[in-house]
Amino acid sequence: MTRLVDAKNVTMQFGGLKAVNDVTLHIDEGEIVALIGPNGAGKTTFFNMLTGIYTPTHGTLTFKGTTVGGKKPHVIAKLGITRTFQNIRLFQNMTALENVMVGRHIRTKATAVGAILRTPGFKAEEERTLDESYQRLDFVGLGHAANELAMNLPYGDQRRLEIARALAAEPTLLLLDEPAAGMNPHESKALNGLVRKVRELGVTILLIEHDMKVVMDLADRIYVLDFGELIAQGLPVEIQRNPKVIEAYLGSGAQAVRAAEKASESEMTPNGAEGPFEQSSSVEEEPHDV
Amino acid sequence: MDIDAQTGKAKASPLKISLYTLLALAVIITPLVFEGYGWLFVPHIMALIGLYVMLALGLNIVVGFAGLLDLGYIAFYAIGAYSGVVVGAWALTHAPKLGPWIYFLMIPVAAATAALTGIVLGIPVLRLRGDYLAIVTLGFGEIVRIIITNDAFGLTNGAAGLPRAGQFIPSPFGLDWLQSHVWFPISALGRNFTLQIDNNVYWYYIIVLLCLLTIFVVRRLDQSRLGRSWAALREDEVAAASVGVSVMQTKLWAFSLGALWGGIAGLTFANFQQFVSPESFTFMESVFVVCTIVIGGMGSISGAIVGAVIIQGIPQMIQGLAAAGKLQGVGIDPATATVIANYRFLVFGLFMVIMMAWRPQGLLPSKRRAAELKPESPEIADVESEQLYDAQHDAAHPGVDE
Repeated sequence: MTRLVDAKNVTMQFGGLKAVNDVTLHIDEGEIVALIGPNGAGKTTFFNMLTGIYTPTHGTLTFKGTTVGGKKPHVIAKLGITRTFQNIRLFQNMTALENVMVGRHIRTKATAVGAILRTPGFKAEEERTLDESYQRLDFVGLGHAANELAMNLPYGDQRRLEIARALAAEPTLLLLDEPAAGMNPHESKALNGLVRKVRELGVTILLIEHDMKVVMDLADRIYVLDFGELIAQGLPVEIQRNPKVIEAYLGSGAQAVRAAEKASESEMTPNGAEGPFEQSSSVEEEPHDV
Repeated sequence: MDIDAQTGKAKASPLKISLYTLLALAVIITPLVFEGYGWLFVPHIMALIGLYVMLALGLNIVVGFAGLLDLGYIAFYAIGAYSGVVVGAWALTHAPKLGPWIYFLMIPVAAATAALTGIVLGIPVLRLRGDYLAIVTLGFGEIVRIIITNDAFGLTNGAAGLPRAGQFIPSPFGLDWLQSHVWFPISALGRNFTLQIDNNVYWYYIIVLLCLLTIFVVRRLDQSRLGRSWAALREDEVAAASVGVSVMQTKLWAFSLGALWGGIAGLTFANFQQFVSPESFTFMESVFVVCTIVIGGMGSISGAIVGAVIIQGIPQMIQGLAAAGKLQGVGIDPATATVIANYRFLVFGLFMVIMMAWRPQGLLPSKRRAAELKPESPEIADVESEQLYDAQHDAAHPGVDE
């Protein structure tokens, strides 16, 4: 497996605040990796470093061996990382189709002169752009809404449209920032299917998500951040049982409660032992970090 | 797949076609009719309106498409005019035979100079957004005018303007011949009707052709990869950059392609007037161009035309009619007309305020801009008014939540 992202001792400092502190992690090609943690843990900050919005103050952050820190966002998109945003950032007054067509930007190269002269090359490229964009819309299940303005789409569809736009750039790595936020259980289940389909395209996925059902269901590996520091990493089953993680999410008292629960559960149903993440609703209801 | 059909461009209906035909005929014939009956100022004013249409369409790329408020756009008009005239005069001293062709040869020079200036200005300035960009471009417009007034490098002849005494801007190819040879005394139209092609009519048609070229180019740019990037930047810079749109490069394209049309219009203006001086390029001119596209509708081509007719046409027409003595009947002499025309600042100001309240998207808005400023569906209007109510409610009772 090829290593895609390699973060070594990455720190992002805003004045006195270390939003991300000395984080070392890696993502291999073809994986679905989840980045979880309570609100304000530094997850989105990590995304912003990886997409060039912030430059890490310390440490090295590379993508396919190329240093990401200090590169402009559009350069990083060309390297093969695209993303969605926690608080949806669509081009609200453009149609769904146009949104995805903008996503094709780096895969097209028509110049102003080509556009004015409508050269055969330009026309062919426009048709291909249109074709590819429709494909992406169909892929996320929005083929019917191509000519709707983005702002008129229902919330869940807007999230899907962001994914379609990001996919239109044919990324190697797709960053999803809370894709299931605000979705009902039915929608988030459909989203799981969509994310799997994306992986089947050969796209590696890094996911921030609060909905533990989604995370445990999708992720191959999980990293847990708390107050900017990496407190745990591993397979979903390992993370579910990690005392540090439980403490970070539910407070130190939760450990004792869980132990008690486990004791009573094992008396009643031997195979009914489930981690605290089954009660994910308590986590979900926290206000989202801004 | 057919692109036009897919992007929802409607096929022209027979009604639309006949409407456009009528419009085209009006554009072609109107100045001839007025010229023939001796209202020589009408083609002159129509040519000036045409120049404003070009300016508005050029600035529309910057303001309407890319969403960058430029309050110094007239500087590119000045740069086009001066670069064309200065380089033209220099070329003539080396090759006097170029005379009739010099205007046409200078079009690429003026366009390139203006576009390059746009890039040079854009690189430092486009890091700014919104109000700050507006202020800096305003400053740029004034700086260019002041440099010209101060006879920069001994080239611009200061406030006296160009061409210098003893020099002249040669008349363009064909004008002299048309003036002396084309003569239509058409008796059927009355014995007063004698049509002669003069300076005004000649330049009017040149300007109409340039406007058509501008419309053609601007439309194609809008419906292209670059046009989509502009719209995306206007909507959300961060999101646009996240899919690989280079913010700086895309803005520079808008700035230079906008400036280019300003430059060509400036050169044409200088040749049309046979004279160019700094007082044509005041800050108020920049404001009028912005007004033109705001009134017409940002991002809209037909809006730019309607805006130019209102902003430039109406005051000029009042002055022109009065100067020709056509308004004596209603008691307006040329002096009164000048006073009335000077009220345009007040009238346009009022008009803008009314527009902002009543129709912020402009008279003939582009579809997309209309959507931005007007809720698309009743449900959204409801949600928005609810939010507005909430906001006002909160504002009226601060601290309720705490």
